[in-house]
Amino acid sequence: MSYFVLSSLLFAGSLLAGLLGALTGLGGGVVIIPLITLAFGIDIRYAIGASLISVIATSSGAAAAYVREGYTNIRIGMFLEVATTFGALGGAAIAGFLSTGTIAVVFGVVLASTALQSFRTSHDVPGAAVSDRAALRLRLNGEYPLDGGRQTYNVTGVAPGFALMLIAGGLSGLLGIGSGAVKVLAMDRIMRIPFKVSTTTSNFMIGVTAAASAGIYIARGYVVPEIAMPVMLGVLAGSLAGSRVLVATRTVILRRLFAWVVIVLAAEMIFNGITGRI
Amino acid sequence: MSERGNTPRPQADMAMEITLGKLLRLGVLVAAAVVAAGGLLLIISRGNWTPDYAAFHDAISPLRSVGGILREAYALQADGIVQTGILLLIATPVLRVVFSLFGFARQRDWLYVVLTLVVLTILSVGLVGWKT
Repeated sequence: MSYFVLSSLLFAGSLLAGLLGALTGLGGGVVIIPLITLAFGIDIRYAIGASLISVIATSSGAAAAYVREGYTNIRIGMFLEVATTFGALGGAAIAGFLSTGTIAVVFGVVLASTALQSFRTSHDVPGAAVSDRAALRLRLNGEYPLDGGRQTYNVTGVAPGFALMLIAGGLSGLLGIGSGAVKVLAMDRIMRIPFKVSTTTSNFMIGVTAAASAGIYIARGYVVPEIAMPVMLGVLAGSLAGSRVLVATRTVILRRLFAWVVIVLAAEMIFNGITGRI
Repeated sequence: MSERGNTPRPQADMAMEITLGKLLRLGVLVAAAVVAAGGLLLIISRGNWTPDYAAFHDAISPLRSVGGILREAYALQADGIVQTGILLLIATPVLRVVFSLFGFARQRDWLYVVLTLVVLTILSVGLVGWKT
């Protein structure tokens, strides 16, 4: 396959992945690594490098739209970025010692749990009645627009939330993904941050987290221009287009369908990782 | 003291955030334009070449350090230009953290000035202080 054909196919595949990722809320990078490794037979380290770069692009590209709606809590974001960036350095360091098969298996497990989590549609976690003392000291409590007024909220579970963010950062650095699902889980379920605040704040943190390990990836030679270029441009264009499409009820069906595709891909990654084909 | 009183000036945060959001989008657009320009050159100069990425090549390459990437781009090499765009992309969220530092300092929120400095330190370790 000539480079012209390869880069065109990579661009088209990434465009579709970014579009579906934005439409379903599962994130643009989620199917990029299986696409590159399984469909194109490219080494997983190049796939991880290209994926990490596209994660930075989509996160930063979407930030402007999110911020204007007034849901992002910059203090929660900055405080938790201490954990995610530190974890990302650790994850990127560990990645250098693991075999590609092991990385593929870990990736498959994370991918499958992300998809399974997306089947849960209700986000009715009751807000915290009182915030914990750490949240008060760190001034994490905030407010967001609701029905023309402003709704205040309290934050709890700061210590376990911070610990889970270390893991989210570690997975991001190890696998070259945004690990938005783990981030939202920590903020949503443990810290009891309202869903809209946690999703937008998570998006805001993903780019910074990915930037922490990107330098290490470049130094190791994981980021090659021939692959990163079509993937980054494709995912960015796809996710920007996807976020402009009106969100209809049909996305629930699309979301289910896409989650099943992701589960199949996850199983294939795990199988190939165990049998040593990756 | 009510918990409401603990909410930090939302208007100041909001104004800062909108500026930062615009900055991020601009950074991404500039980076994407540089990557696309380099990519076009890459396809023109090497479109017929058959690449092999089935195995990882651990060769020493100028594209693995900031200095090398900038030298390649300065020599108008397509791969150097693409990598420069990628460096610009990585710099975008880092810049956002730098601007947050100024924002928190202007609000005299020293706790968050310190936390932002911690994040910046971790980011610089990842970006420059790591050799494989």
